[in-house]
Amino acid sequence: MIASLLAQAGDWTSPSIDWAALAPEIVLAIGVNIILLLDLQLAETKKWAIATITGFVLLGSFVAVVVLAVTGDGARSLFDGRYVVDDYALILKALFLLAAYVVVLLSQTELEEGGYYQGEFYVLLVCSVLGMVMMASARDLVSIFVALELLSIPAYMMAAWNKRNRKSNEAGIKYYLLGVFASAVLLYGMSLLFGATGSTKLTDIGAALLDGDLIGLDVVAVVFVVCGFAFKISAVPFHQWAPDTYEGAPTPVTAFFSVATKAAGFVALMSVVFIAFPGADGVYQPLIWVMAALTMTFGNVLALRQTNIVRMLAYSSVSQGGFILMPLAFAGEPGVGPAALNAVIVYLIAYAFMNLGAFAVVIAVTRKTRSGEISSFGGLFSYAPGLAVAMTIFFASLAGIPPLAGWFAKFNAFKAVLDAGTTAAYVLAAIAAVNTVIAAAYYMRVLRVVWMDEAPDGDTSPVKSPAPVVAALAITVLGTIVLGVLPNLIARAGAIDALTGAFAG
Amino acid sequence: MLATETGPIAFPILSALIFIPIIGAVIVALLPKSRPEYPKLVALMASVATAAMSIWLMASFETSEAGFQFVSKHTWIEAWGISWHLGVDGISLFLVVLTGILFPLAILAVDPHHDEKPYLAWLLMLQAGVMGSFLSLDLFVFFVFFEIVLVPMYFLIAGWGYEKRVYAATKFFLYTMFGSAFMLVGLIATVAIASRDIGYTTFDLVVIAEQANFAASTGRWLFFAFAIAFAVKVPIFPLHTWLPDAHTQAPTAGSVVLAGVMLKLGTYGLLRFGVYLFPEASYWSRNLWLTLAVIGIIYGAIAATMQTDLKRLVAYSSVAHLGFIVLGIFAFTTQSMSGSTIQMVNHGVSTGALFLFVGWIYERRKTRQISDLRGLQKVAPIFAAAFMLVMLSSVGVPGLNGFVGEFLILTGSFLTARWWTVVAALGVILAAVYLLWAYQRVFHGEPDEDNKKFPELKIKEGLVLLPFLGLIVFMGIYPKPVLDRVQPSIDALIGRVEDHTDYVQPKPTIELVDHSQEPANPEEEGDG
Repeated sequence: MIASLLAQAGDWTSPSIDWAALAPEIVLAIGVNIILLLDLQLAETKKWAIATITGFVLLGSFVAVVVLAVTGDGARSLFDGRYVVDDYALILKALFLLAAYVVVLLSQTELEEGGYYQGEFYVLLVCSVLGMVMMASARDLVSIFVALELLSIPAYMMAAWNKRNRKSNEAGIKYYLLGVFASAVLLYGMSLLFGATGSTKLTDIGAALLDGDLIGLDVVAVVFVVCGFAFKISAVPFHQWAPDTYEGAPTPVTAFFSVATKAAGFVALMSVVFIAFPGADGVYQPLIWVMAALTMTFGNVLALRQTNIVRMLAYSSVSQGGFILMPLAFAGEPGVGPAALNAVIVYLIAYAFMNLGAFAVVIAVTRKTRSGEISSFGGLFSYAPGLAVAMTIFFASLAGIPPLAGWFAKFNAFKAVLDAGTTAAYVLAAIAAVNTVIAAAYYMRVLRVVWMDEAPDGDTSPVKSPAPVVAALAITVLGTIVLGVLPNLIARAGAIDALTGAFAG
Repeated sequence: MLATETGPIAFPILSALIFIPIIGAVIVALLPKSRPEYPKLVALMASVATAAMSIWLMASFETSEAGFQFVSKHTWIEAWGISWHLGVDGISLFLVVLTGILFPLAILAVDPHHDEKPYLAWLLMLQAGVMGSFLSLDLFVFFVFFEIVLVPMYFLIAGWGYEKRVYAATKFFLYTMFGSAFMLVGLIATVAIASRDIGYTTFDLVVIAEQANFAASTGRWLFFAFAIAFAVKVPIFPLHTWLPDAHTQAPTAGSVVLAGVMLKLGTYGLLRFGVYLFPEASYWSRNLWLTLAVIGIIYGAIAATMQTDLKRLVAYSSVAHLGFIVLGIFAFTTQSMSGSTIQMVNHGVSTGALFLFVGWIYERRKTRQISDLRGLQKVAPIFAAAFMLVMLSSVGVPGLNGFVGEFLILTGSFLTARWWTVVAALGVILAAVYLLWAYQRVFHGEPDEDNKKFPELKIKEGLVLLPFLGLIVFMGIYPKPVLDRVQPSIDALIGRVEDHTDYVQPKPTIELVDHSQEPANPEEEGDG
């Protein structure tokens, strides 16, 4: 046995690796070590530098992504097509890095002032981002799983970062237990998939599933894999962890979860759906259809009843997930695939800006009010008009009011669905349409408090936001407006033959 | 890249009509708090400039032309064939002018009492949104503006309205949002289905209208998806319940704008995106709309009679008046549709002015209850006389503008929708009842202690009123310039309906007897 394995090993030659294509990952990996070592060496008074260095690490990785995007001609395929750096991967990597950068800006003062600063936080954050960046390129079940764990395990710890806070501990435990459970389901599905098709490479699985009728094993495998990712994107009925985790975790971490982690889940789901499952569209489409409809409806209805802003944003993020999921329910319809892929990516980008922005405002305001209740935002317009306007922009964008990024994303999602032109598509679009109205109700409720109500305790001293928070707000406001007015910038994102070509056949 | 400029000069006047208020709003918002005298000045400058341009637009409009003029078209989102496509025809021209004129007057007429800066900024944003809705010829652009309009209006009502303002604003927002959510789905479905006929994806209204061939059943579904949004906006009975609340609770300028131009977004939408885009479906469903319109006329009038709040009374009168407009649209004759188009403007002028009066009465007496007011004619005769003129215009007394619109609608509708018209005519009488009765209760009699101190019309108020009164009289006596511009577009629209259905417009002559023998509105229709 061992001898035969050794004999095989003898044939193994080191694959030629396109190191340039891995540059973003390498920068991050080196950065993790630098941050960890520096944190040990730096004097207590100079700890603030860690956040700055983290920012530079992310920036360095971002530069690598941009260079790859500008110089790259076509897709770079590594490891026998199991790790692909194409435009689809690059735009998502850029998204993850940008989101992480905004989260770093938000964390900086929040952690220090909250009295739970630790340098490891940034180490874990960058580790998690590394997992996401890998996820965008992973085209193999094993590398997808590794990336998923790499991004999840630091996230479990980050959720419980506020150690002396009972709620934060609860958040961490809940997230951990349900996350591990999801990983188990996913892994089980993957193993079945490997058993049924004989490969872990997505393109091979795709070819195997397209070849001939689906057997029961295939169906179970597909369902398990989709459900495993559904946990990550907090799709109903796998969303229960989200509100508690979001509320308990430190707010910048919540922002990170609701945007970056969720996006990573969607990226994995997209890779699997578009490359591995084109032959199984009869299985995953109805499943995603139901999940999308439930997710947006439940998320919205529950968000309506919330009085805590972070909890409301948690449920709103669940419901937004339903909208992002919606086009995938028709990914297999003839001619809809590219539009659906594009719709999801555009939504993820727009959603990252507006949701991070919403959290940035919440962080800026709660620094002063020390309360997460929606009513504590009363009078914001009178004492902090800038923050009130920023909040209006983000919430209006989340509600899908033109000409902001969220509107274009929603429009795009509707368009992809209606391009399918089936009865199921019209029904889902109608459900989504009703949901936009429900969503508008609770977003507008917050804005009403911000604009119309008096400050609850009569305290109208102005809010002083630290520079990093202001920078985060500037980035997100700019992104939300520019993407709404000039949607051309992202309208073609993801309309890429490299990925879509893989499932066209 | 200026694609097709058909106007006399290349100045992009339609884009300017939209962007000047936006720029004004941004400047107002950015003005420092230390200079409280500037916001109003800037807002007035922006809105007066817009008004001046809209009047110039009307003057240089080609009278006999049916198509779109001053067209400006720029690619916006190339991938989907979305373009910044603006144009104006006889149907939208006067709504644009009305939007241009109404805003500076509303800004001038009443002060918000607090937070003037955001108030003015929202008003200017609102003007830009309404302008954009009337001007856009691209479904995407239209929807963007149609939605944008909600936000400033919500904040105006909720921020500067009366006691139940937050409730009213939320109701208004959710009702309208509900309607437009369906329109969004319908709109994208329209584009998706049309792209199969056209061969490429485009949101261009004109291209879709001319090149797409919707199957009858498809067209009807799509039409209703659009129509729900417009029916909420008009509002058509039974979707009207947001209106009395929103109108009553809105600040005076908000009510003026709401009644003056925003309700017209609904009726304009029915013409442009209902009848023009889906002629077959709108003709097929005409009986439904006629019935709802007539119910609205009678219901609105009866409800208005019952009101004890003067502002609510005017609000319900809007329901009735808008019913006439819808009746005229779905009667599909040249007179009725021209009448509807003119009536949109007339209603904006006279109801806008009525809301100004109610606002001024409230400023003076801090009440809108009819029972609290008495004998104002004795203490403020000029105020009463001006109110009387506006009120009579709203009743539809010959010689004033309201008569022209209602008369055209009723005579036109009589040809194709006889029994509906007969019932609707009752609404004219009821309008006289509730308005004259209200006038009698408020202005006649002996003023009691509180009402004795009622101040007379101020000079500023008089100046604001002058354009309203001028329009009321001018359009009542000499509507020809307006009709000349409206009619070609209306004829073209009816031509479209005739092309797509077997409807033939009965000749509007005295030989009515002949037409009653061959049923004027044949029951079997188009390709359905």
